[in-house]
Amino acid sequence: MNEKLLVCNSLTKLFGTKQALTGIDLTLGSGKIIGLLGPNGSGKTTLLKLINGLLQPSGGNVLIDGHAPGVYTHGIVSYLPDRMFLNDWMKVMDLIRFFDDFYSDFDFPKAMEMLQSLGLSSTDRLKTLSKGTKEKVQLIVTMARKAKLYLLDEPIGGVDPAARDYILNTILTNYSENSTVVISTHLISDIERVLDEVIFLKNGELMLHDSVDNIREQEGKSVDQLFREVFAC
Amino acid sequence: MGTEWKLTNDRPIYLQLTEQIVQRIVSGRYPPASKLPSVRDLAVEAGVNPNTMQRAFAELEREGLVTTNRTAGRIVTEDVTMIESIRGQLAAQKIKEFLDGMELLGFTGSQAANLLAQYAALPSASLEGLPLLENNVNFFEKEEDAL
Repeated sequence: MNEKLLVCNSLTKLFGTKQALTGIDLTLGSGKIIGLLGPNGSGKTTLLKLINGLLQPSGGNVLIDGHAPGVYTHGIVSYLPDRMFLNDWMKVMDLIRFFDDFYSDFDFPKAMEMLQSLGLSSTDRLKTLSKGTKEKVQLIVTMARKAKLYLLDEPIGGVDPAARDYILNTILTNYSENSTVVISTHLISDIERVLDEVIFLKNGELMLHDSVDNIREQEGKSVDQLFREVFAC
Repeated sequence: MGTEWKLTNDRPIYLQLTEQIVQRIVSGRYPPASKLPSVRDLAVEAGVNPNTMQRAFAELEREGLVTTNRTAGRIVTEDVTMIESIRGQLAAQKIKEFLDGMELLGFTGSQAANLLAQYAALPSASLEGLPLLENNVNFFEKEEDAL
């Protein structure tokens, strides 16, 4: 167990004059499944990109397992971006081989097993797949790694409810004391019961970071209901 | 995912899990001194976070209903008296809820008991259709007389 798998110290990101994230202080331990929640434009994707080193902070810093984002952290962080990263010309199998070559922690048999469970064919060309199916493929290659930190940006938005259940199940069976999964999503009620903790972002600021059961105990309502009240339009 | 586990939105998940494991113990589905399924398996079955299931078990251990044995895993207590007493408490609670509900419908305790006995005597399949019982009709007739 690592109590400080991820540490953000007054992490700030500006896009021009726009504050995307303002002074985020956050510590996440290992062995957790954490929901990163907030309305559109609240800074969820920016935070995940900063942790993954795709963006440079304007202020403050991020440490993953004690290291700033870089070669070491890329080896222990498995990131599912919010957009497609697939090369159209590849077949599903090509992509899996590519990941297998690229990441030493890639579990090839597991990827194949997940493909089969979701009824995907490894010989299909990525170009021919539907949006939801592409998302499934991306999720498979992300979750088939044995990473310490998984960052999933909107992993279940485009997939059907049955596959959603399977994906949540995969996250649960994949669970290990040494790894943490951060899931950003709007579909709170679907994932609430698999979460340990939730993080609420509002206009780039950290509003709340607490366990799901604490929230239910104190508020007498689900995280989904609390979200709807806090962010009521 | 988790068809057998019923989780509502208004209360902590670990409490609901605790209650449902207790139900399984008192009903004999997990018999005294038997080995319990692993936290991980149960978590997947219920579709909940393993840490939450772990917390539910910690609660049961605190109550003494479940013990952890280093080599054999988690075991249901051998203390049959304890299980019976918890079962009794839960039954009392259910009965109170029933009687309170019936009181809201205007039944006295003995009328409710009478009605319950008649329903209990029916084959379970017909409970679905909730046939109108003799007593029910009488009750309404009496009401009309009173008016």
